[in-house]
Amino acid sequence: MSENILELQSITKYFPGIKALDGINLNIREGEVHALIGENGAGKSTLVKILTGVYTPTAGKIIYQGKELSFKNAIEAQDAGITAIHQEASMFPELSVVENIYMGHHLKKNGSLDWKGMRARTRNLLQRMEIDLHPDTPVKNLGVAQRHMVEIAKALSIDAKVVIMDEPTSALTLREVEELYKIVRQLKKENKAIIFISHKFEEIQEICDCFTVLRDGKYIGEGSVADTGINQIVNMMVGRSLDQMFPKMEVSIGETILDVRNLSKAGSFKDVSFDLKKGEILGFFGLVGAGRSEVMRGIFGIDTLDNGSIFLKGKEVKIKNPKTAMLKGIAFVPEDRQTQGVILEQSLTNNITLPIIDKISRLGKVNAKAEKEKTATFGRMMEIKAAGWHVNAETLSGGNQQKVVLAKWLATEPEILILDEPTKGIDVGTKAAVHEFISEMASKGLAVIMVSSELPEILGMSDRVIVMHEGKKTREFTRAEANSDVIIKAATGHTEEANG
Amino acid sequence: METNKTLANESRLVDENKGLKNKIITLVTRWEGMLALILIGMVIVFSNITPYFLDYFNLMNATFTFMEKAILALPMIFVILSGDIDISVAAIIALSSFAMGFGSSMGLGTGEIIIIGVIVGGLAGAFNGLFIIKFGIPPIAVTLASLSLFRGISQAILEDQAFTKYPEGFSYFGQGYIKGTLIPFELVFFLILAAGFAYVLHKTSYGRKLYAIGNSPTAARFSGVQVDRIRFTNFVLNGLFAGVVAVLLTSRIGSTRPNIAQGWELEAITLVVLGGVSITGGKGNIVGVLLSIFLIGYLKFGMGLINMSAKVMIITTGFLLILAVLLPVIMDSVKKANKLRYQRRS
Repeated sequence: MSENILELQSITKYFPGIKALDGINLNIREGEVHALIGENGAGKSTLVKILTGVYTPTAGKIIYQGKELSFKNAIEAQDAGITAIHQEASMFPELSVVENIYMGHHLKKNGSLDWKGMRARTRNLLQRMEIDLHPDTPVKNLGVAQRHMVEIAKALSIDAKVVIMDEPTSALTLREVEELYKIVRQLKKENKAIIFISHKFEEIQEICDCFTVLRDGKYIGEGSVADTGINQIVNMMVGRSLDQMFPKMEVSIGETILDVRNLSKAGSFKDVSFDLKKGEILGFFGLVGAGRSEVMRGIFGIDTLDNGSIFLKGKEVKIKNPKTAMLKGIAFVPEDRQTQGVILEQSLTNNITLPIIDKISRLGKVNAKAEKEKTATFGRMMEIKAAGWHVNAETLSGGNQQKVVLAKWLATEPEILILDEPTKGIDVGTKAAVHEFISEMASKGLAVIMVSSELPEILGMSDRVIVMHEGKKTREFTRAEANSDVIIKAATGHTEEANG
Repeated sequence: METNKTLANESRLVDENKGLKNKIITLVTRWEGMLALILIGMVIVFSNITPYFLDYFNLMNATFTFMEKAILALPMIFVILSGDIDISVAAIIALSSFAMGFGSSMGLGTGEIIIIGVIVGGLAGAFNGLFIIKFGIPPIAVTLASLSLFRGISQAILEDQAFTKYPEGFSYFGQGYIKGTLIPFELVFFLILAAGFAYVLHKTSYGRKLYAIGNSPTAARFSGVQVDRIRFTNFVLNGLFAGVVAVLLTSRIGSTRPNIAQGWELEAITLVVLGGVSITGGKGNIVGVLLSIFLIGYLKFGMGLINMSAKVMIITTGFLLILAVLLPVIMDSVKKANKLRYQRRS
C-alpha cells in the first residue's frame, strides 16, 4: 500500500447553528479510486468544498503530500493539484474545448497567448484519454458526457494529483458511463488519486478500490470495497433499515381523479398517457432527461403542451398556467427547492401563504389574522423546525425548507399532489418524516404523483410505477410486479418490444 | 446553498439578541435609520448656516421643485422591487405633455387635456409592458428604445417650437395652494398617493406578490402568482403616473417643449434606490423612499440657498447613492465577521 497523498484528520465544519461536518477522517492514496459514500445531506459536498479550498474547516488538519496546509481559496487548491469535476460543470458554452480547458491558466509565449501550444496539448490530452473530439468545437455543441470528458481533460491539463468526481455518472447514459470508467482507469494508471462521490453501489463495486462512509456529517467508517459486502455499506450509509424509511400504509384506492391522454411536447416527451386514483401514490421513475419533470410541468401549466388532453374527474380541462392548475385542486412540489420551491429571502409566513394569498385577502387587503392562522396550522402539521414564522426560509435546513414547500401546498387544500424528487438533498430523518407524511395524506384520499430518481423510494412508496425513457412511457408496473431489475430495464429502454 | 444558509442563520442570531443596545444598533444600521439621521443632520446644518432654511413658507414652496419627481418614484418602486427597470418615464412625460399641448391647441378644456395626458401615459406604459412581457425582451432594452421613440415623436413634430397655450384654471394643479393655506396642492396630492402606494405595497396581496417576484420570479410563478400580469401592470402604472406627472409639470411651467423633464428618469430611479429598494429587486419599503425624497429635495434646496453650484449637488447625490448601494454590503460582511467570532468563542 502506497503512502497517503492526502489525509484529513478529524475535520469539523460549523455553519452558524449547524455542525455540517463532525470529525471526518479521510485517507487518499495515489493510484486508487476512493469512494466517498453518503446519502444526500451527509456532508459530502461540504467536504469537497473544504478539499478544494472553497471552505476553511473550523477544526482539524489537512495533510497533503506530507505537509499540513490550509487553502485560502479555490485557486490555491487547484495550484496544489487538487481539482474537482462538478456535475453540471462550470463551462463556458460559447467557447471551444481548448478555451475551456485552459481557462484561467492559459499558456503564454512571448507575452501573448500561445493558442498553437494549447491546441497541440489539448489534442494530446484528448488522445491520451481516447476521446474523439476536435479542440475547436464549441462546448455548447457537446453532450453531457462529452462535457464531462472536457472537464476531466481540464483537470489533467493542470497536472492534478487528486481528482474529485462529484456524482459523475448521474447525467450519463450507460454507454457514456462505460467511457467514463475507461478514463477513470486510465487516470489510475497514471497514478492519480481519485475521489469518487456516489451513492450508486453498482458503480462503487465496478470502479472503486476503497471507500469512506459519511452520515449526517459524521465519519462512519472506511474499508476496501473488495472485502466489504454491499449490505454492510448500505447499513453504514443509511443507519436504519429500509422498512423504517418507507412507512407505506395500506389504503383503499378510490375512483380515478386525473386522466391524461397523449401528452406531447416537442423535444421533451411524446404520447404520455396515464391515470391517477384517489388515495394512490403513483411513482414516476426514469433516468435524468427521461422527461418526467417536463410532463409534470406540462400538467401544472408551467410549460405549454403541444398536444394531449387532461381530464379531471371525467371532465376535460385546459390548464393555461399554474394558477388555473392550483384552482382546480392540483399542487406541485417542484424539483429545485431553492429556486422553484421556496423564496429564500422571505419569511416562512410569506412563503406558506403565497399560493393562497388571494384567498385570504378581501378586496386585495391581506387578512393578517387568517395569514397567521394558516401559517401556524400548516406549518405545525409539517412539524417545521424554525425560530419562528417570521424568519426567512434561507435560515432553515434543506429538509425544513422542503417541509415549508409541502406546507404551502397543503394550505391550498389540493386533491392532487405532484411531488418532483420530494426528498432530494434532505437528511435521512426528514426524509422518513416526508415519506410518512405522503403515506398519511394518501390514506386520507389525496392522489399523489411522486417523481423520483431513487429506486428504493419508488419501490417503497408507490402503489403503481410508471417508467419513462427518453420522453416516452415505457412500462407500467403494479406494486407487486415492480422490482429493481424490471424497472431499471424499462428506464434504460430495454423493453420487450423495443430491444436495443 | 451552504453560504445562503450561513448568511441567513446570522440574521436569525441577530434577531434573537433583543437587548436595548442591539435594538438601537439595528435601527440605526438599517438604511432607513441612516437616512433619517442624515436628514436630521442636514436640517441642523442648514438651519445654522442660513435663517431662510427653517422657514415655513420656504419649506412648503421648495416642494414644488421635487414633488413631480417624487410622484414618478412611487410606481417606480413597484417596477424596481419586482426586479425590472423603466428608463422611459421622462420620455413618456414629454409625449404625454405633447399630446396635452396638442389637445389644448385644438381648443380642448382642462378636464379633457388631463384625461388625454394620463391616458397617453398609460398607453405608453402598456407599450413598454407589451414588448417586455409578450416578447420577453429585457426591460432595459425596451425602455431604452421607447425613451428615444417617445421623446422623438414630440421632437420631430415640435422641433424648436413649443405649446404655450393652456386653458385657464389648468395652472392650478402645478402652481396652486390648498385654499386658505400655504400648502401646495402638489404636496398634498403626493402625500395622498404615497399613502395609497404604501397601502398597496405593505397591506395587500398585490404588494406581497411584488416582493415574491422580486426575490424569485420562478418560485413565484411555481406558486401560482401570475408574474407576467403583475409585471405588465407595473409598467402600465408607471406610464400612467408619468402621465399624471406630465399634467402637473405642464400645468406648473405652462408650456410644452420637447426637452421637458429631461433626465428625470434617472432622478426617479435614484430616489428609489437611495431609499433602500434593492436594484435587483425583492427588498425595500416605502418609508425609505419617502425619506430619500425629502432628503434629496431639501438638500438641493438648502444648497441652492447657500449658493452652491449645481455640480456640487450632483456630486453629493452620486456620493449618497454609492453609499446606499455599498452600505448594505458592508453591513452584511461586518455582521458576518462578528458572528464568526462569536461562534469560535462558543
